[in-house]
Amino acid sequence: MNATLAADRAPTGRRALHRRRARRLLCLVALLLALLLASAASLAYGAHPVPLDAVWQALVAPAGGEDDIIVRSLRVPRTVLGILAGLALGVGGALMQGHTRNPLADPGLLGVNQGAALGVVTAVVVFDVTALGSYIWFGFAGALLAAVLVFVLGTVRGGATPVTLALAGAAVSALLYGLISAIVLTDRQGMETYRFWHVGSIAGRELAVAGQLAPFLIAGFVLALANTPGLNSLALGEDVSTALGRNVRRTRLLGILAITLLVGAAVSACGPIAFVGLLVPHIARALTGPDYRWLVPCAGLLGAVLVLLADVLGRLVAGDTLEVGILLAAVGAPGFIHLVRRRGLSKI
Amino acid sequence: MTTPRLQAEHVRLGYDERIVVDGLTLDVADESVTVIIGPNGCGKSTLLRGMGRLLRPRGGSVLLDGKRIDRLPTKDVAKAVGVLPQTPSAPAGLTVGDLVARGRQPHQHWYRQWSSGDEEAVAHALSVTGMSAYADRAVDELSGGQRQRAWISMTLAQETSLLLLDEPITYLDLAHQVDVLDLVHRLHTERGTTVVMVLHDLNLAARYADTLVAMHDGAVVSRGTPDEVLTEDLLSDVFGLDAKVVSDPVAGTPLVLPISAHLRDEA
Repeated sequence: MNATLAADRAPTGRRALHRRRARRLLCLVALLLALLLASAASLAYGAHPVPLDAVWQALVAPAGGEDDIIVRSLRVPRTVLGILAGLALGVGGALMQGHTRNPLADPGLLGVNQGAALGVVTAVVVFDVTALGSYIWFGFAGALLAAVLVFVLGTVRGGATPVTLALAGAAVSALLYGLISAIVLTDRQGMETYRFWHVGSIAGRELAVAGQLAPFLIAGFVLALANTPGLNSLALGEDVSTALGRNVRRTRLLGILAITLLVGAAVSACGPIAFVGLLVPHIARALTGPDYRWLVPCAGLLGAVLVLLADVLGRLVAGDTLEVGILLAAVGAPGFIHLVRRRGLSKI
Repeated sequence: MTTPRLQAEHVRLGYDERIVVDGLTLDVADESVTVIIGPNGCGKSTLLRGMGRLLRPRGGSVLLDGKRIDRLPTKDVAKAVGVLPQTPSAPAGLTVGDLVARGRQPHQHWYRQWSSGDEEAVAHALSVTGMSAYADRAVDELSGGQRQRAWISMTLAQETSLLLLDEPITYLDLAHQVDVLDLVHRLHTERGTTVVMVLHDLNLAARYADTLVAMHDGAVVSRGTPDEVLTEDLLSDVFGLDAKVVSDPVAGTPLVLPISAHLRDEA
């Protein structure tokens, strides 16, 4: 080592560091641009295409024409919800894979999806709530309760570890799924609502839905970003993380809270949109590398772009009968398989 | 004599039901190299993890500057004590430069992520270990020796005056073992860093330690200079090893020559 020491003074690392940072910034800007384009497409395309200048007109100076009504009452809510749900699921998926250090982890691992489902079904069957704006609250409450239950069950002596949480999540999900099945089998109205909610869709929701969930989503995003330096140290193992002055338990708790808020809100409004949370972090990781301060925002933007594009594609190929959840599963599954076959599942 | 900065007092450590270390007391001499030796499963690593607050004591206490280490803010401890656990693993694709930069976490805040001080510390930590040229390479693509140096770099970037290393030379070939230990020795002589290491190689332990601590069944059985500790009786009692101890012709420290079974039979 002494021999290499003298020749080792050049600050080679510094230039590389700046180059890497420039590359990541470029990624972020490109993704923002892609989101802008996807949003424009989502506002313009559909069963009744609206030219972009008319979209602009409808947004800034509506005159009450047919185009204006379509854009403002149908496509704006759909686009806003798509962006929010995509952001939430992308960020939630990246956090979940980071905390579990498992490339196959999905944001539904904490039982949030089934919890939201049971909430929705209970709202329809027991409380006779049929308006989406109302049963969203039941869905969100169900998601939170399921996450709390999983956390309590998964906390053994020495705290909750990713493994105990995943086991508790699987058990609680199975139990909730059984309950849901039992309820919807005996109730026609419950079955109908559950069927449509479960597919995963961003269509037919009012803008108020986005407003309802916005506070929780914003809180979730802030917590998620605050969690990223901690995730960076957890990625080196719990011992190293502790040695670097992190409170591992607090870092975990913060992450779980962020995941629950984000995924619970997104799923209760749009249903469990498949594959976004699983697929998106892998693409983001390929773009940014394993630094969560970059990976998490990029995964969010990528999630939003993906959800919007899938939704637009569904409208174009099948005239609005293909919901985003179906299309993402159809496109996402082969995409994921391709990714795994080409790059392998990277150790995280 | 002043109180040493790092002390274990009647400390009890263990996992779940199993107590590994019970009632152990150890003062770590400041600005010196202490090496802990002992057979597999004797509690060396457990003690090191306890002293680095990676494991909370079930009883007794570990003191840093006279205060209980588990009650100090963990971030403050991280500015004073660097701990490198046994065989840590890095996520795929993480570069050496980024790994070493993560060693600066104890010095960062949410409102100030990166400063010129961080940059200097990282550049220095890389150059001391001879890893500057590898800053851009992924940790998981390096050889075992380079990877170990990258991790040591990360711990050095933390800029602590105490350093706890758990088997830092396992899986390295002899030349790389000597490289790493020379580096540790330099840190100690040039910067006055206090080092505690767990080592398996008794001869290298004897050569690089100021103080040797021999452990058996979770207790300290002998503590002193290598000459005092590394005796034929101790090797027999602690390791169950039949061996001859001679003077190392290179360093003058004790050299352990095990007497293998087939040699014993012939004699």
